[in-house]
Amino acid sequence: MADQPIPALEVRNITKRFPGVIANQDVNLKLYPGEILGLLGENGAGKTTLMNIIYGLYHPTEGEILVRGQPVVMHSPKDAIALGIGMVHQHFQLVPVMTVAENVMLGSEAVRNGFLDVGAVAQRIHELSSRYNLDVDPYALVEDLPVGVRQRVEIVKTLYRQAEILILDEPTAVLTPQEIQGLFQIMNLLKEQGKSIIFITHKLKEVLQVADRIAVLRQGKVVGEADPRTATQASLAAMMVGREVILTVDKKPAQPGPVILEIQGLTARNDLGEPALREVSLTVRAGEILGVAGVQGNGQTELVEVLTGLRPALGGRITVQGKDMTNASPRQVTEEGPSCHVPEDRHAYGMVGSYSVAHNLVLNTYYRPPFAQGITVNEPAIVEHASRLVKEYDVRTPSVLTPASSLSGGNQQKMVVAREFSRPVKLLIAAQPTRGIDVGSIEFIHNQIVAKRDEDVAVLLVSYELDEIMALSDRIAVMYKGQIIDVLPREEATREKLGLLMAGVHPDEAASSA
Amino acid sequence: MNGDASPIVRLMRALLIPVLALIMALLLGAVIMLVFGDDPVKAYRGLLYGAFGSGRGWATTVRKMAPFILTGLSVATAFKAGLFNIGAAGQFLMGTIFSVFVGINFQGLPVFIHLPLALLAGLLGGMLWGAIPGLLKVTTGAHEVITTIMLNYVASLFAGWTVYAGGSQGQTPGPLWDPTAGPISETPDVLPSAQLPWIFGPPYRVHWGIVLVLAVVVLIWWLLYRTTIGFEIRTVGQNLKASKYAGIRVNWTIVLTMILAGGLAGLAGGIETLGVNHKFAPEFSGSVGFDGITIALLGQTHPFGVVLAALLFGALDAGGAKMQFDSGVAADIIQVIQALILAFVAAPAIVRSIFRLKRTPEQVKPTVSTSWSGPG
Amino acid sequence: MSRKRVWKTSSIVSMVLAVGLVVMAILVNTTSLSQQTWLRVLFGVSALNFALRATVPLVLGALSGILCERSGIINIGIEGMMLAGAFAGFVVKVATNSWPLGMSLMAGVLAAVLIGGVMGLLHATLSIRYRMDQIISGTIIIILAAGFTAYLFDRDAVAEGKFVAMPIPGLSKIPVLGEVLFNNPPLTYLALILVVVLHVALFHTRWGLRTRACGEHPRAADTVGINVNRYRYMNTTLGGMMAGLAGGFLVLEAVGQFQEGMTAGRGFISLAAMIFGNWMPFGALGASALFGYTQALQNELLLAGVVNVPRHFISMLPYVVTIVAVSGFVGRVRPPAAEGKVYETESSA
Repeated sequence: MADQPIPALEVRNITKRFPGVIANQDVNLKLYPGEILGLLGENGAGKTTLMNIIYGLYHPTEGEILVRGQPVVMHSPKDAIALGIGMVHQHFQLVPVMTVAENVMLGSEAVRNGFLDVGAVAQRIHELSSRYNLDVDPYALVEDLPVGVRQRVEIVKTLYRQAEILILDEPTAVLTPQEIQGLFQIMNLLKEQGKSIIFITHKLKEVLQVADRIAVLRQGKVVGEADPRTATQASLAAMMVGREVILTVDKKPAQPGPVILEIQGLTARNDLGEPALREVSLTVRAGEILGVAGVQGNGQTELVEVLTGLRPALGGRITVQGKDMTNASPRQVTEEGPSCHVPEDRHAYGMVGSYSVAHNLVLNTYYRPPFAQGITVNEPAIVEHASRLVKEYDVRTPSVLTPASSLSGGNQQKMVVAREFSRPVKLLIAAQPTRGIDVGSIEFIHNQIVAKRDEDVAVLLVSYELDEIMALSDRIAVMYKGQIIDVLPREEATREKLGLLMAGVHPDEAASSA
Repeated sequence: MNGDASPIVRLMRALLIPVLALIMALLLGAVIMLVFGDDPVKAYRGLLYGAFGSGRGWATTVRKMAPFILTGLSVATAFKAGLFNIGAAGQFLMGTIFSVFVGINFQGLPVFIHLPLALLAGLLGGMLWGAIPGLLKVTTGAHEVITTIMLNYVASLFAGWTVYAGGSQGQTPGPLWDPTAGPISETPDVLPSAQLPWIFGPPYRVHWGIVLVLAVVVLIWWLLYRTTIGFEIRTVGQNLKASKYAGIRVNWTIVLTMILAGGLAGLAGGIETLGVNHKFAPEFSGSVGFDGITIALLGQTHPFGVVLAALLFGALDAGGAKMQFDSGVAADIIQVIQALILAFVAAPAIVRSIFRLKRTPEQVKPTVSTSWSGPG
Repeated sequence: MSRKRVWKTSSIVSMVLAVGLVVMAILVNTTSLSQQTWLRVLFGVSALNFALRATVPLVLGALSGILCERSGIINIGIEGMMLAGAFAGFVVKVATNSWPLGMSLMAGVLAAVLIGGVMGLLHATLSIRYRMDQIISGTIIIILAAGFTAYLFDRDAVAEGKFVAMPIPGLSKIPVLGEVLFNNPPLTYLALILVVVLHVALFHTRWGLRTRACGEHPRAADTVGINVNRYRYMNTTLGGMMAGLAGGFLVLEAVGQFQEGMTAGRGFISLAAMIFGNWMPFGALGASALFGYTQALQNELLLAGVVNVPRHFISMLPYVVTIVAVSGFVGRVRPPAAEGKVYETESSA
C-alpha cells in the first residue's frame, strides 16, 4: 500500500448503542481494494455487531460508512448486496433442505418466463467454482454437505451477487487445520482478483498468517492496528484483552488413577437417523483429562449425549466405576456415576432462561434434600444454596432471584459450571465448556476443570477448539465420522498431526507426514 | 427487578393488562353492536343486571363459575407444561357420562359414598380422555391440538350414543337412555344420594360444588408452585431439552399433565351434572372447551387468575339471557366479546400501545406453537 | 436421508392405492360386481362422487395451511376462516338473490374469499405485529368466527340456488372416471386446479423459493435481502382466502345454505391432511381424498345399512381415521423448520 488508493470500504466514527450497552464506540476502519484486513477481538468485543452494521442488518447510532469513497446509508442487507458487500456468517445462512443452486440464487433469482431458471444458476456456479477453485455441486442438497463445503457455498453466494467486499465472520471455527489452509488459499486467490476481504477472528496465529493488516477491537473500540510482519501472538493477545494473557493453562503433570469411564464399541444414530457413532471405544482414568478433538459434526455431540443418557446407545457398553451405565437415564448417570455434565449448548440444555439463577442452580438436584422434602419444595434452602455458589463461582448477578436469561454468556456458563462442579463426582463430562464467552471466564473455567482433575475426577473434555484441547488435555482422542481414529498422549500430539487426523487421515500416514 | 416490588404492586401489575383488555373488548363489542343496529347501553345494562342485579343473578353467576374454573384450570395446567389442551370439551363430556353412569346406578348407597364415587367417576372419565392425547404425543409425536379436537368430536358422538333414544327404524337405544323419556334422548335423573347438596336451594340453586372447586384451585396451585412435580411440569413447559438434561422424565410428565388436565375438565362435567342438571342430554355440552382456553389465558395461566377470569365468564353467561330478553341483542355477541378479550389478553402489545404503557417485566407466557412434531 | 426414503415409499404406496381404487371402481361399476352390496358401498360411483365432494373443502383447507406454514406461520384457525367464508358467501348470496344466479353465486364466492383473506390478515397481524403465540392467535380466529356468525346469522334467510355440475364435453363421457371427475360444479374443478398451481408456484417460482426460505430459515432469507415478514403477511392472507373459498364451497356448491358451525371440524381435519401430506400440495390432495373417502364411506354405510353398528360410531370414522393418520405419520414428515416462531431482524431485536 505505497500510495493510498480510495478505500473500498471505510467506517467513520461508528457508534452503536443498545439499551444499556455500547456495542461499538467511535470505530474507524479502512479496507483497501485487494487486501485482507484481519479484525481481531475476543468474544463480545463487538466484531459481529460492527460487521452487521456494515452489512445493513443494524443501523449505527452515530457515524457513517463509505463505499468506494461515497457515503452510503443501508437499510437492509439488500442495500449492502447492491453495493457489492457480501458476508459469510459465522452460523451459515443456508437452507438445509434446498439445493446449492436454490440457496445461491435466493433473493437474486434467475427467472425465465416467470419460472426459476435453475440451469442458468448452475452454469454460473460452475464458472465461479472453477475460477476460484471452490468445487461446489449446484444440485447437491445443502444438508448432505460437510461444513467445509457449506462454507464454500456461502462464498459462492457472495460471488454470485458480484460482491467486491467480502466479510468472513469467524470462518475457521468449524474447519480442520488443513481446511483452514485451503480457505486461506481461496482468500488469497480472491485477493489477487481484486476483492477486498475483512477476516474476523479471535485466533492470533491465523490472523498473523493471512492478513495484510490487523485491526484489534476491544470492548467495542478499535484499540490499535498491527502489521502482521512485526506483530507477535503475545503482543496481539495483550492488545486484544488489555492485559498480559497467560496463553497456557498452568497445570501439574497428571497422576492417573484407576479407570473410571470405560466405553466399548459404542454405536448410536443422530437426529436424522444416520449412524453417528461407529464402535467408539475409550477409557478415562481418575485424575486425567481426556480431550476429544475433531471438527464439529463428527459424532462428538452424540457421544456426549449417549454418555449422559440423552440419546440411546444402539450397541456397545458404557461402564462407570465398573457399573454398567449403558442406556442409563440422565438421572441415573447423575446419581450413580456419580457424574456431572457441562452441556455443549447451554441455552438449549444447560439452563431454563425464564427461571431464576437459584432455580437453575438446582435444575438437576431439585428433588433431593435439602431442596425438597418429599414432594414439597424448600425454597429457603434453594436460595441459600444459590447465594453460596454465586459467591464461590464468581457468578455476577444482581440477585439469585434474577432470571438466568438476563445474565451475560460468561456468567450463565459460570452458573452452569457452579451447579455441576459443586457436586461431589467421579466423572466430569464437559462439552465446549467455554464456547462464546469472554477470556476472563474462559480462564476461570479452565482452572476449575484442572482443579477437578487434581481432585481425582476423570474428565472427558469435548471441544472444537484445538487450542483448548491442547491446553487442557493429558491425552487426546481424535474423532472423525463417528470413530475414534487415534488416541495420543499430549506430548506426542502436534497441531499438524491432530489436523491430519481430524481430516480423517489414517494414523500411520499422519505420523509419517506430520 | 421483579423481586423488589411489594405484593400489592405485583398484583396490580398482573391485573393491569386483563382489566384493560376487558374494557377494550367491551368497548369494541359496543362498537360492533352499534354497527349492526343494536343498542349497547341497553345490552350492557341487561348483562350487568342479569349477572349482579339480584340475588338470583349473583347465584347464577357463582353457579356458572364452577365449570369455568375447572376447565380454565385444565387448560392452564396443560399450558404450564407447554401443552395446548383444546380437548376440555371432550373431557368434560366424558366426565359427565362417567358421573351420570355412577349417579343413576347403585341405588341405596349412602350419600357419603355415592357422591364421592360419582365425582371420582367424572374425574376418571376426564383423565382417561386426557391420557389418550398425552400418550399419543409421547409415543407417536402426534400434536395434541389435532388429537384433542378430534377426540372432542368422538366424545360428543359417544355421549350422544349413550343416551340415544333409538330411531324410528327400531335401532337399539343407548345404555344410559331413560326409557320413560319417550323419544327424547336423555338420561334419567341421578339418584338423590349422588346429587351435590345445595348451599342455597331453589330458586338460587347454588351447590357445594363451588366450594369443592375452590379447594381444587388451591390444591392445583400448591401442586404447581410448591412441589417437585410442579417444578417438573413447569420445566418441561419452559425448556424441553433442559428438562431431559435435568433428568426429568419428560414423557411421563407430559402424560401426567394431560391426565391432570383431563381430570380437571372431567370433574367439571361431573360437578355440573351432579350439582345442576342432574342428568345428561346432548345439548348440555355447549362451548365449555373454548371458554376454558380464554379463561386460562385471561387468568394469565395462574390458578388464582383463573378464578377471577371464571367470575367474569360466569357473569357474562349469567347476564347473557337477561341481556337478550331486555335488549333483544342476541346473546351470541358475548362469544364475540370473549374472543376480543382473548385477543387483547394474548397480545398485551396491543393494549400497551393503545394505553401507552411501558413494558413491565416480562411475565412467563405460555408458548405452545412449537411446530407439529412433538417429542419423539 | 432415511426420511427421504420413507417418504418415497409412502408416495409409492399411495400411488398403488390410487391406481387400485381406480381399477376397482371401474370393475365394480361396469361389471356384475356391482351386485355385491359391500363393493358398491366401497367403490360405487355414488361413493366416489361423495368422496370427491367431501375432499374439496379439505384440500382447500390444507392448501391454506400449506400457504401459511411454508412461510412459517402455523394456522390452526383454518376452521374459523372457513366458517367466516361460508357465512360471508351466504350473506352475499342472500343479498343478491335477485341477481342472475351465476352472478349472485360469483359474488358469494368473492365475498367468501375476501372475508377469508381478512381473517388471514388478522391472524398474520396478531402473530407477527403483536407477536402473539400463533396457536393462540388461530384459536382467537376460530372463536371470533363462531361468535360473529352466530350473532349475525338470520335464521330466516334463504339462499336461492347453488352451483350445479358443469360436465366437461367429451371427458365426462368416459365411463366411471368421467362421471366422477369431469361432471362437477365449478369450485370442485377450481380446487383441483389450485393444487397444481400451488405446486408449481411453490417449487418453480421466485415467490415459492422465497416462501419456503422464510419457513425454513428466515434468517438466511433476511440476510439476502428478503423481507420475511412481508412474505408471511402475504402468504397468510392468501391462505385465509383459500380457507374462505373452502367455506364458500360449503355454502354455494355443497349445501346451498348456511348452518351454525357447519364446518364441523373440517378445518382441523385439513390441518391433519396438510401434515399427513408432508406440506406438499399433491400430498395434501391425497390425504384429503383419504379423509374425504372416509366421510363418504360413513354416508354410504349408513345408507346401505350393511353394518349393524349405531350410527354414532360410524360417524366417528373420519375423526378416528384422522387421529390414526396423524399419529402414524407425524414422525415421518418434516414440517418447515422455522414455523411457529416469531422472526425478528437483528435490528429490531
